[in-house]
Amino acid sequence: MMTSGWTWYVVILVALNIAGCLWLLMTNVKRRPGDPAPEDTSHVWDGDITEYNKPLPRWWINLFYITIVFAIGYLFWYGVGRLHGYGHWSSKSEWALDKAAEDARLEETLKLYAGKPIDVLAKDPGAVAIGRTIFADNCAACHGSTGLGAKGFPNLTDKAWYWGGSPDRVLETILKGRNAVMPAWGTVLTAQGGPLAVDDVVAYVQSLSKPGQPEDAAAQRGKAMFGTLCVACHGPDGKGNQMLGARDLTTAHWLYGGSKEALHKTIAEGRNGVMPAWEPRLGETRVRLVGAYVWTLSKHDDAAPQEAAP
Amino acid sequence: MGNYNDKVVRQFAVMTVVWGVVGMLVGVLIAAQLYFPALNFNVPWLTFGRLRPLHTNAVIFAFGGCALFATSLYTVQRTCHVRLLSDKLAAFVFWGWQLIIVAAAISLPLGYTQGKEYAELEWPIDIAIAIVWVAYAVLFFGTIAKRKVKHIYVANWFYGAYIITIALLHIVNNLSIPSGWMTSYSIYSGSVDAMVQWWYGHNAVGFFLTTAFLGMMYYFVPKQAGRPIYSYRLSIVHFWALIAIYMWAGPHHLMYTALPDWAQSLGMVFSLILLAPSWGGAINGILTLSGVWYKLRTDPILKFLIVSLSFYMMSTFEGPMMSIKTVNSLSHYTDWTIGHVHSGALGWVAMISIGSIYAMLPRLLGQQQMYSIKLIDTHFWMHTIGVVVYIASMWIAGVMQGLMWRATDPDNGTLVYSFVESLNATKPYYLFRLGGGLIVLSGMLVMAWNVFKTFQQARGAVMAQPVLPPDAADARA
Repeated sequence: MMTSGWTWYVVILVALNIAGCLWLLMTNVKRRPGDPAPEDTSHVWDGDITEYNKPLPRWWINLFYITIVFAIGYLFWYGVGRLHGYGHWSSKSEWALDKAAEDARLEETLKLYAGKPIDVLAKDPGAVAIGRTIFADNCAACHGSTGLGAKGFPNLTDKAWYWGGSPDRVLETILKGRNAVMPAWGTVLTAQGGPLAVDDVVAYVQSLSKPGQPEDAAAQRGKAMFGTLCVACHGPDGKGNQMLGARDLTTAHWLYGGSKEALHKTIAEGRNGVMPAWEPRLGETRVRLVGAYVWTLSKHDDAAPQEAAP
Repeated sequence: MGNYNDKVVRQFAVMTVVWGVVGMLVGVLIAAQLYFPALNFNVPWLTFGRLRPLHTNAVIFAFGGCALFATSLYTVQRTCHVRLLSDKLAAFVFWGWQLIIVAAAISLPLGYTQGKEYAELEWPIDIAIAIVWVAYAVLFFGTIAKRKVKHIYVANWFYGAYIITIALLHIVNNLSIPSGWMTSYSIYSGSVDAMVQWWYGHNAVGFFLTTAFLGMMYYFVPKQAGRPIYSYRLSIVHFWALIAIYMWAGPHHLMYTALPDWAQSLGMVFSLILLAPSWGGAINGILTLSGVWYKLRTDPILKFLIVSLSFYMMSTFEGPMMSIKTVNSLSHYTDWTIGHVHSGALGWVAMISIGSIYAMLPRLLGQQQMYSIKLIDTHFWMHTIGVVVYIASMWIAGVMQGLMWRATDPDNGTLVYSFVESLNATKPYYLFRLGGGLIVLSGMLVMAWNVFKTFQQARGAVMAQPVLPPDAADARA
C-alpha cells in the first residue's frame, strides 16, 4: 500500500511539471523587450542556417492549454495515489459492475439450457451455436478447430469413445476431466519374456484389429503375456474398459499412432493422457452447451442408423 | 582550423543503408511468416519469436542508430565550426557500435534474451552499449565544448537531450543480476518491472525515435529548403515541454493491467499534454518551407523530409488518442498498435533519415548531388506507397480484431466470435502488410544502388573538407 508521503511526492512532481509547462507557455506567448524581432535572423551557423523568431501559432497555444486543463480536471476526477478522485472511480469497481451486468445477461440465457442432457440440447440450434464458440475458444487448442483431434488428443468426430459415448459419460468427461494412465511395461515385459517381449506384445496387439489373419509366432508369444498383464484393463478379448479409459484394441483408432514404433513406445514407456476438468472454468451449463456441440460433431448409432449399415 | 572528420560520418552513413536493408528484410520475412507459417522452415533460429526482436533491434538501433550517429556527428561539426573532439574516439564509437549490432544479430536468433521489449540484449552486450554510449557522449559534448560559435544550434540541443536520456534509460532498465554469461534476472519484479520497462520503452520512442530525429530535422530541413527556421521561440517551448512530458507517458502501455489506476491515469493525461509539444517540432519544420513550397516539385529530398513530418504529426496525434483508456481498451493487443508503430518508424524515422542521408552523402563525397535524382524520386514514391499500404492494412485489421474480441450477441449475451475466427479474418490483411513491406524494402534496395553508384562516381574525388570559419558576429574566442 502506498504511503501518503509517496502520494504527495507524486502529486508535487505532477504539479511542478504541469506548472512548468504553463510558465513556459505564458512567458513565451508574447515577445519580451530585448528579444529578437520576428523577422530577425541574427545568428548564422554553417554558412547559411539561420532562424526567424516568429510568434507561436495561436491555435497551437490554445491546443496546449486545452490539454493541460483537461489533464488537471481528469486527475481531480480520477485521483492520484491515495487521494481518491471526486468520481470515486476505480478499474476494479468498473470491472465488477461490467461483470455483474454481463453475468446477469448471461444468466438469462443459460437458464434456458440448465440441467438439460447434451443430446437434447444438440437439437437446439441456438444452444449449438453458443457451444461452438465455447469449443473454439477452449477445446480447439487440443482437439482442433474441427474436432478432428491430433496425436494424443482424441478425434471427436468418430465413433470411438475412450471413456464412454453416452450423453451422460461425455458430459462427465468434460465436467470433471479424465486422467488416462498407460503404465510403462518395458521392464516388466522384458524380465518376463526376454529382450523381444515388447515386440511380441506389439505383434499381438496389431493382430487384434486385423481379424481373420493368422497369428504368427511373435503374436502368439505376445498373446500369452497380454493374458497375464494387459487383460487387467484391456480385457481378455482386448475390447477395453470405458470405466478406466482403457481403449478398445480391436478397432483401428490409434490415439498415439498404430505403427510398430509408436506401439512399442506406448507399451514400453507408457502414456499419460490428461483431459482437464472444465466445470471450474466454464460452469456446468456452459459445459452442457459445449457438450451439445461435441455431440453434433460425432456419429451416433441412435441418431443416424443409416450410417451404421456399411 | 583544420578539416572536418567526415570519415566516421561516411562510415555510419553507409552502415545506415546496409542495416536498413537487413532490418527491413528480416521484417519482411516475419511478416511473411504470419501469412505462411512454414517459412520458419522448422529451424529454431528462424522462428518468429526470435526474429521479431532481431527485426526491432536492427531497424531501431542499427538502422536508426547509425543514421543518428552519422547525422549528429556531421551536424555537431558543421554547426560548431570545429572538428570532432577526437578521431580515435570516433573510430571507437563506430567499430564498437557495429560490434554490438553483430552481437545482437547472433545472440537474438540463438534465443538469448532478457525478455524486455527493445531491451532484449543480455548483460554483456548491455555493458558494451553503455561504454560505447559514454564514449559517444564525450565525443559529442566535447565537440560542443570546443565550438567556435557563441550559440549552440537548436539541432544540438535535441541530439544532446537524446544522448543523455538514452544513457539514463538504458542503464536503469537493464539493471540485473547475471546468473551466467548470457543469462540474468532483472532487479525489479512484478508491476514495478513492467513500469520500469515501459518507462524505458516509451522513452526509447520519445528520445531515440523522436527527439534525436527532430535534431536531424532541425539541421537538414532549413539546409535543404534554404530558408531560416520558422521560429526560435517555438523551438525553445516545444523542446523543454517535450523532454519534460515524455518522461511521464510510459504507463499508457499498461492500461487495464495490474499497474495502479492512478499511474495509468498519469500516463494517459501526460500523453494528451504531449500532443502540442510533439506538434511544435513538426510545425517549425513545415512552416520553414513558407515561400519555397514550389521546391517540392523538383526536389525529392525535400519531399522525403516534409512527408516525414506529416507522418510524424499523424502518429503523434494517433498516439495520444490511443492512450485514452476508452480507446486503448479497443486498440490494445491488436494490430492497430503495429500500424501505429510503423507509421512512426517507417513514415517519420525512416523517411527523415533517408532524406537526410541523400542530402548529406554527396557533400561528404565532394559531389554536387547523388548519382540519380530520378531514383531518389522513385524511392520516395515506393516508400510512401509501401508505408500507406502497410499502415492502412494494420489499422483495418486492428480495429476489426478489437471489435470482434468484444462483440457479444445482443440476443443471448454470449461472445459472438472465438479468437481463432478473428485470426482468420486478419489473414488477408497480413498479405497486404507483407506487400507494403516488400515495396518499402525494394525502395531501400534502390537507395543502396544509388549510394553505391554515388561512391563509384566519387572515387578519387573525396577530399577532406576544411572547417568553415564562423560568422564574425557569432564567433567565440
